[in-house]
Amino acid sequence: MAGYLLRRSIGAVIVMWAVATLVFFMMRVVPGDPIAAMLFDVGDAAAIEAVKRKLGLDQPIWVQYLKWFGLVLQGDFGTSLYGSRIEVSRIVVEALPRTLSLAGLSFIIAMVIAVPAGLISAIRKHSGLDHTVTIIAFLGLSMPDFWLGIMLIIVFAANLQWLPAIGYAPLSEGFWAWLSHLILPSIAVGTAFAAIIARMIRSAMLEVLKTDYITVARSKGLLNWRVIIVHAFPNALIPVVTVMGIAVALLMAGAVVVENVFAIKGLGRVLIESILNRDYPVVQGAILAVSAIFVFANLLVDVLYTVIDPRIRYE
Amino acid sequence: MMSELAESNRAVVDDAPPRSRWLPWRKQLLRDKKALFGLIVLAVLTLTAILAPLIAPYDPNAMDFMMMEGPSLAHPLGVDDLGRDLLSRLIHGSRISLFVGFSTVALALIAGVALGVIAGYFGGIADTIIMRYIDLQWAFPNFIIAVYLVAVFGTGLANVIVAVSLAFVDDFARIARGMVLTIKQEQYVDAARTLGASHNRIMWRHILPNATAPIIVQATVSVSYAILAEAGLSFLGLGVEADTPTWGLILADGRSFISRAWWIGVFPGLFIMITVLSINFLGDAMRDVLDVREVKAD
Repeated sequence: MAGYLLRRSIGAVIVMWAVATLVFFMMRVVPGDPIAAMLFDVGDAAAIEAVKRKLGLDQPIWVQYLKWFGLVLQGDFGTSLYGSRIEVSRIVVEALPRTLSLAGLSFIIAMVIAVPAGLISAIRKHSGLDHTVTIIAFLGLSMPDFWLGIMLIIVFAANLQWLPAIGYAPLSEGFWAWLSHLILPSIAVGTAFAAIIARMIRSAMLEVLKTDYITVARSKGLLNWRVIIVHAFPNALIPVVTVMGIAVALLMAGAVVVENVFAIKGLGRVLIESILNRDYPVVQGAILAVSAIFVFANLLVDVLYTVIDPRIRYE
Repeated sequence: MMSELAESNRAVVDDAPPRSRWLPWRKQLLRDKKALFGLIVLAVLTLTAILAPLIAPYDPNAMDFMMMEGPSLAHPLGVDDLGRDLLSRLIHGSRISLFVGFSTVALALIAGVALGVIAGYFGGIADTIIMRYIDLQWAFPNFIIAVYLVAVFGTGLANVIVAVSLAFVDDFARIARGMVLTIKQEQYVDAARTLGASHNRIMWRHILPNATAPIIVQATVSVSYAILAEAGLSFLGLGVEADTPTWGLILADGRSFISRAWWIGVFPGLFIMITVLSINFLGDAMRDVLDVREVKAD
């Protein structure tokens, strides 16, 4: 286990290094010069040369790469090209809790909906209820998350005025302030995820309910709910856990988009805004931060498998 | 005896719709209500996209003095903030959405299958190099990869198509490689080799035709994800040029007026949802009919 953990961690570090390197080199081969962007196209040739020298852009690309990489290792991603030249690392640190709050709450809301829906669907197979769940799941999977966000704003914020339409409040402003700003975006992010999990629990439960040990449990005269909750459900969760890595990725991708609908300045909003502004240092920092979350989440999920299903052994 | 057998057979497959081994899969597909619904909707949408200038009641960019009018007889889906007919804009938008959806998947399929077949067939160093990259991309959702690539390439229709196709390459490469690794062991491949068939002939004439089922299913499902990806990119301002009527962009424009003009926000999303839903129905039915296990879901 320790060996496996070590190997996976090294793999994760290599992935992060590969992403950083790819981002660095691709950013430098693209059309659209960051210096030109900085000088708003008004700088004369001499001014451009001066800025290039100041930023070290006149040096060979591999020297730039090594310097940049050395700084990244120290957590220095440079500063934004605009405004008060705020440090990229500070932007990322401020955005991170917002994105994690959104993804976390989306996960909770999605599971609270998906688990009962999937169970009911499996137990009452081919009933009207099952068909309703299936159709809702298909709709949820086909809905663009950003559109669902807008619909939720129209209904619950603009018309009913139950919840705030946009923005984010940190936990320090109170639990309800934090939660109320996150409920609508979390539903928008979590719906597709809930649809996938509900479908998955349904088919996993149907498999498990066919097995011999369920027949044994039933023939012992155990109560129906006991057979389903205690005997069948934990085993139906295993295939669900195996897709958890993909699921976390889905939630994060959703958060990146939905943050832009609800004007939550998380990593996704930072990423998109910096791309639109051609603020390259921030783009690089945001890409690295978002990628780090994916890599870490994948690692975490793989380790969790061994805890949840002791039959899985890695050498 | 026969009826007993049929009964026990039904018990085994009772969760799947009853199907026959003897009907060709296309016919079986048409028997599935969801697949039929999907096919009809897709056919109507494709026709609408092709005939857009003939069908659309107005010029999608023509402005009227009546701004932000709700749905009426003259403008069934209402008018946007610049007085443009929403239905006409959405009909024209279907061209871009469907074009991006199908073309990106076609490109991703060709590139991904080529990479996967080469990696799986030759193994060794080719496999290592190709799969290292594919695994790297696999660690991230397709949409995020597309955003990264647009960050590098810039926005615009051509860049969006390149970015979205590249983002979907890993799905096809992994499936194709997996299939090739299994099929490579078959006796008919040995037979072809013994008869002196070239690597190219074995790869594309003997192995690939037997690996199509999961690739077809993946391609179908990918079209819906590609349409969602284009809409998402356009919505975020990373997609096609401003003022082009696309579903994502119309929705993004409508966002500022949702409290006064709900229809600009509602209808583009409904168009996207119905399109994606019908492709998902089709993909789901194909998975049943072709007996393919669940593939990546993002």
